[in-house]
Amino acid sequence: MADLNIKIKNLELKNPVLTASGTFGYGEEFEDFIDINKLGGIIVKGTTLEPRQGNPYPRMAETASGMLNAVGLQNKGVDVFINDIYPKIKKYNTNVIVNVSGSNIKEYVKTAEKINHLDKIPAIELNISCPNVKQGGMAFGTNAKSAAEVTKAVREVYKKTLIVKLSPNVTDITEIAKAVEAEGADSVSLINTLLGMAVDVNTQRPLLSTVTGGLSGPCVKPVALRMVWQVFNAVKIPVIGLGGIMNANDAIEFILAGATAIQIGTANFIDPQISIKIIKGIEKYLSERNISSINDLIGGLKMESA
Amino acid sequence: MTTKKQIQDFIVLNNKKINSDYFELELKAPVKLPEIFPAQFIEIHIENAKDTFLRRPISIHDIDYDKNTITLLIQIKGEGTKTLSKIEKDASLNIIYPLGNSFSIPDKKEKVLLVGGGCGSAPLLFLAKYLFNKNIIPYILIGGKSENDILKIENFGEYGNVFITTEDGSLGFKGIVTEHPLLKKEVEKHNISKIYTCGPEPMMKAIAKIANKNNIACEASLENMMACGIGACLCCVVETTSGNQRVCCDGPVFDVKNLKGWE
Repeated sequence: MADLNIKIKNLELKNPVLTASGTFGYGEEFEDFIDINKLGGIIVKGTTLEPRQGNPYPRMAETASGMLNAVGLQNKGVDVFINDIYPKIKKYNTNVIVNVSGSNIKEYVKTAEKINHLDKIPAIELNISCPNVKQGGMAFGTNAKSAAEVTKAVREVYKKTLIVKLSPNVTDITEIAKAVEAEGADSVSLINTLLGMAVDVNTQRPLLSTVTGGLSGPCVKPVALRMVWQVFNAVKIPVIGLGGIMNANDAIEFILAGATAIQIGTANFIDPQISIKIIKGIEKYLSERNISSINDLIGGLKMESA
Repeated sequence: MTTKKQIQDFIVLNNKKINSDYFELELKAPVKLPEIFPAQFIEIHIENAKDTFLRRPISIHDIDYDKNTITLLIQIKGEGTKTLSKIEKDASLNIIYPLGNSFSIPDKKEKVLLVGGGCGSAPLLFLAKYLFNKNIIPYILIGGKSENDILKIENFGEYGNVFITTEDGSLGFKGIVTEHPLLKKEVEKHNISKIYTCGPEPMMKAIAKIANKNNIACEASLENMMACGIGACLCCVVETTSGNQRVCCDGPVFDVKNLKGWE
């Protein structure tokens, strides 16, 4: 059996498959379908300092090979997470990572500080890339200076593994990746959703209450893969790849392009067992090729002409 | 309900065209069906449908525990349901089930009214049968734009007293369900203790208004667009007195008193 263990700073994963924030609830929603403990980790729903109601319905529109969402970080706030949700999910024998968001630097810092005290949360994913909130979110992630500032402020209070989730809605994603690396990020994950929109020609209205929303699913995969490859070549810290991964081959494409780990997002909606199937698929790929460790595959894209 | 959710391949036993807009699918489960309750639904993966990416949530129309089958009554609305309408016998369909909560079942002595509009009548047949088996004979009021939208009336007739309205008057009372004399006669005289409704939102809101005015309990089954159907994506939310709730797992059935804008 091939070795699937990987490490991101001090974070040890039994395999490189994580579930993406906002697509996997708090894990409990999937307990009927899979053994959560077999995953490399789960990244729970975006958490903010105060509770948020999110955006009005409709929040979703189907597109060719994907979907748009405008959920807008609906969550009960970090205190309810700590008091009510954390006690139920700390039993998982896998890495439970919290996605942290905010409207300003102070909120990010306070939320991260509170989560720093939770023994069974080994890492946070700093969300500076949510396209569906009016303040903060993507605003931090589309500018190298503000991305650096929020990373620096959170790094001062957060002592465990710090992952920063990047937005694809930028001119040069490597600039943002380098900026957060310089301020102490242990890893970057990419991509968050691409800003998009859809129109109903019968009503002549936008399909989302917010007009624009975040595009995800297989339609974004080539863009995500390209960005993972660019960032892998620009930074030294491990890259976590996501964006339209629907099967093991998609996951392996990201790993070859430089991803140390990958996240499964929208695919969880179509097949709640897909994350486990992808772990098995990666294992099979390695075994069939006599590759002893997943680490030998990371960034292994062959560039010389055949 | 707390029934464990499952993901399985069902086999198409029968695909029956009802008219140009509606069809009925009978699907055989690969394992013994767990107990399923009225208003619960399933999520179907439709393969090879143009521009269709997500599963489709479809309410359960009927269950036969002896044959181990689930029957669905489906309106052709877009590419997904159009493709599904052409599925052949013996084909397999990947299904996640049973999803969502259910209508609350009244005490035996109660008189209840079921109000369905168009395809919204689909889960009400399951409810009518369920009530009938508990010796509750409901009033059933079914409305549609024309007779084309009035479905399976003979089946409804087996389980309750059926009343029909159509907007064009092609069948039954001419008008919309809220104008039917039954409401005046039975609801306003308080002969009914509970109303169950499923159908277009304006219709359900109008029914809720009548129920609230007459102080009668009313439950509505909603059909918001969903991505996952299992409570993870937060796309299908409805505004309630306790914040945004998920139609897929906090619903689809809500007490109308808890829905904002339904007063």
